[in-house]
Amino acid sequence: MIQSKYWWRSLQDKVIVGLAAGATFVVLAPLAAIFGYLVYKGVGSLSWNFLTQIPKPTGETGGGMANAIVGSGLILLIASLIGVPMGIGTGIYLAEFGKKRFGNLVRFTADVLNGVPSIVIGIVAYALVVVTQKRFSALAGGVALGIMMVPIISRSTEEMLLMVPQSLREAAWGLGIPQWRTTLSITLRTASSGIITAVMLSFARVAGESAPLMFTAFGNSYWNFNINQATAALPLQIFYYATSPFDDERRQAWAGAFILILLIVVSMSLVRMVASRGVFKGGN
Amino acid sequence: MLKQMNGPLLKTKFQPASEVSSPEDQAAAVSRRKTALTSSRFADAAFRYLMLGCALSVLAIVVLIVRELVLSSALSRNAFGLKFFFRQAWDPVNGDFGALPFIYGTLVSALLALFLAVPLSVGVATFTTELCPRKLRSLLSYMVELLAAIPSVIYGLWGIFVLVPILRLYVEPFLAKYFGWTGLFGGPQFGLGMLGAGVILAIMIIPVITSITREVMSAVPTQQREGVLALGSTRWEMIRVGVLRNARTGILGAIILGLGRALGETMAVTMLIGNRPEIAKSLFAPGYTLASVIANEFSEAADDLHRSALVEIGLALFLITLLVNIVAQLMVWSITRGSAARATA
Amino acid sequence: MGVGIQVNQLNAWFGNTHAVRDIQMDIPANHATAIIGPSGCGKSTFVRCLNRMHETIPNTRVQGTVKIGDTHVYGNGTSAVEIRRRVGMVFQKPNPFPTMSVYDNVAAGLKLNGYRNRRELDEIVERSLRQAALWDEVKDSLKKKSGASLSGGQQQRLCIARALAVEPEVMLMDEPASALDPISTSKIEDLIFELKQNYTIVIVTHNMQQAARVAEFTAFFLTGNLIEFDKTEKIFTNPSDKRTEDYITGRFG
Repeated sequence: MIQSKYWWRSLQDKVIVGLAAGATFVVLAPLAAIFGYLVYKGVGSLSWNFLTQIPKPTGETGGGMANAIVGSGLILLIASLIGVPMGIGTGIYLAEFGKKRFGNLVRFTADVLNGVPSIVIGIVAYALVVVTQKRFSALAGGVALGIMMVPIISRSTEEMLLMVPQSLREAAWGLGIPQWRTTLSITLRTASSGIITAVMLSFARVAGESAPLMFTAFGNSYWNFNINQATAALPLQIFYYATSPFDDERRQAWAGAFILILLIVVSMSLVRMVASRGVFKGGN
Repeated sequence: MLKQMNGPLLKTKFQPASEVSSPEDQAAAVSRRKTALTSSRFADAAFRYLMLGCALSVLAIVVLIVRELVLSSALSRNAFGLKFFFRQAWDPVNGDFGALPFIYGTLVSALLALFLAVPLSVGVATFTTELCPRKLRSLLSYMVELLAAIPSVIYGLWGIFVLVPILRLYVEPFLAKYFGWTGLFGGPQFGLGMLGAGVILAIMIIPVITSITREVMSAVPTQQREGVLALGSTRWEMIRVGVLRNARTGILGAIILGLGRALGETMAVTMLIGNRPEIAKSLFAPGYTLASVIANEFSEAADDLHRSALVEIGLALFLITLLVNIVAQLMVWSITRGSAARATA
Repeated sequence: MGVGIQVNQLNAWFGNTHAVRDIQMDIPANHATAIIGPSGCGKSTFVRCLNRMHETIPNTRVQGTVKIGDTHVYGNGTSAVEIRRRVGMVFQKPNPFPTMSVYDNVAAGLKLNGYRNRRELDEIVERSLRQAALWDEVKDSLKKKSGASLSGGQQQRLCIARALAVEPEVMLMDEPASALDPISTSKIEDLIFELKQNYTIVIVTHNMQQAARVAEFTAFFLTGNLIEFDKTEKIFTNPSDKRTEDYITGRFG
């Protein structure tokens, strides 16, 4: 008869459960701490000034990050114009046409691109745009962020399109609808909420990036709406102010961080709402 | 949709075309169909080529990345050769560059992050997949994913003002007092330094490792878990033998992916590591990583050689993360294709 | 040596579904008892209540008593872990551990129970593999072959060896041969014939010929109820209940 040291094994079991629960607590504690601190410090530092003013000369108080918020918007717009069509197009290609070796090559390359550190992408955008244009610009920043959006959107678009049942496509072809029309009006339409989700997620992801903007958009203390000139960006401004010796600027860093995280949380919640309305909406 | 179409169609009688219309009408109809067919064939081809173009541009981007990195680093590569990566020098004024301190800083901070993150990630994954009440599962995993959404610069900001004082006032004195004999915890306690960078990196890579580990653990079939339970095992033993063991390749892949993320992280590390290109034994000492030096010095590079050296560092970073990510992908890939299939055989 | 199982007023639920109703049964020691019945009649669920595997599924409930030998399976002080060691289980689809060798598969239960001695492990592994009629086929590659690289029939015998290694008193088999080819099936049936000398065997099967071949006693289940429980001979030649007769003559199920 086997005698098992059951009390010892039972103790191990309980200890492990405790450790695993403890690990979860330890991991979620910084989450609570970060969000809590952001809200606490950020809300306190928010003011109308902050949202409407541009930075005041060093040492003076009362400036704001209005130009950085708008600048980020400009850069993200350019990034989306570059990244979204390319990403969706690649996703469509991989889902509808790219089943064989070439498709695998593209998929692999997209994964590679996904793993490239954002600062390296910044270097490339610098070489491609800043050097040729001989100046820092919002365009360069948009190119860098756009490149980063492509693999994220492509992967998700492909996944969503593959989830559309083949019978739907075949029904369309059987009716004499050409391939291109089928893909656009039927397949894409069916997967649309999933794709929108992916686009918004990639948007939220690159909205917080500052590394690739450091030597592309570079930053600007003034308003700028010219895409071919250096532009302020919210994450970049947060970085510059975080290490500032001036109290007022550090305070603004927190306010900026609060706005940034607010934007990200809002887009992610929108994503959840869109996604929960179901993958197969519209079209039918 | 098809069903609806069958109704009205069936009701109409099919009459031969010749009985319905005149020869001229027929010819017109035929030529209309032909143009419709050719124009849709043209549109199909155009569409396909357009999509192909998008896919090709992804390839083009990666080729461009490699090309620009290689070209722009040529000056530095020619000046220093391979020894660039083994030299300990960083003097922009005199044009002397060597990347060793950055490689050291990158590796040490990443490994420290892994050391802290892996047990925690596996613990969280185990808890949320196997141990916690079902209702809590999606809430907890959502919260862990929320950690992944926080931008690097905000981690850095929080790190400077919250983490660093905690390290400086409580953690580092504690470590120095009880573990100082290891030689790893000596020197002045700034809070900023390798330890701070390692901790913030750990927090940042935990979501990645956790979510993939959860995925591979969930992929282990129920029959395996029941097989272990039926032998008379405790819950932990069932997890250890029936789940973790089966998922180990995937978990390793998750860890390596986490490593890849840690190697490339820029902003938070730059804000916490102290930015001194030195190699020191103590974890309290400031350091410098490959990504950080680029972030700090690139936009104000002194001259072409300086910039070229920074690009060469970027090239090295690119190659290292490329290698690590490929290895990780292969491992995670094999779990979702291979062993999961074998386990159900 | 095997022990008898006494089942008293056993009920089991999946959520709100009453899957097993008021089962009253005395399963004799050292014999093979077959459980037959149409799909969904609760036979698998019943058997899984005997080794407390039913409760591993969320939202389930068990009521009633089961006694294995002198032990109350659902008693206050009884641990499920201990019961599962004393009651071995073989599943419908063979589930050897794919990351372990044949040797490690058989030894898995032993190692959990604290066996470390090399020689002891070797002995028990060999004995179990012999009992499962698998020894000759694997003895030369015990540690080299992975559990998953064997054929279906061999895998199932490996699972039997694995269950036997921890010296259970009862062996539960849930349609053990249904995923196997006829030759492997007959090997398993021969095995059961040998095993019942030393163990109490309960075998769930949808194959009535199999029940007739290997079991001395048979129980007929229908929609969660035990309709009839008697010597196999009687069930198949002269059943007392009309529903049993209908089932074995193929009028339904």
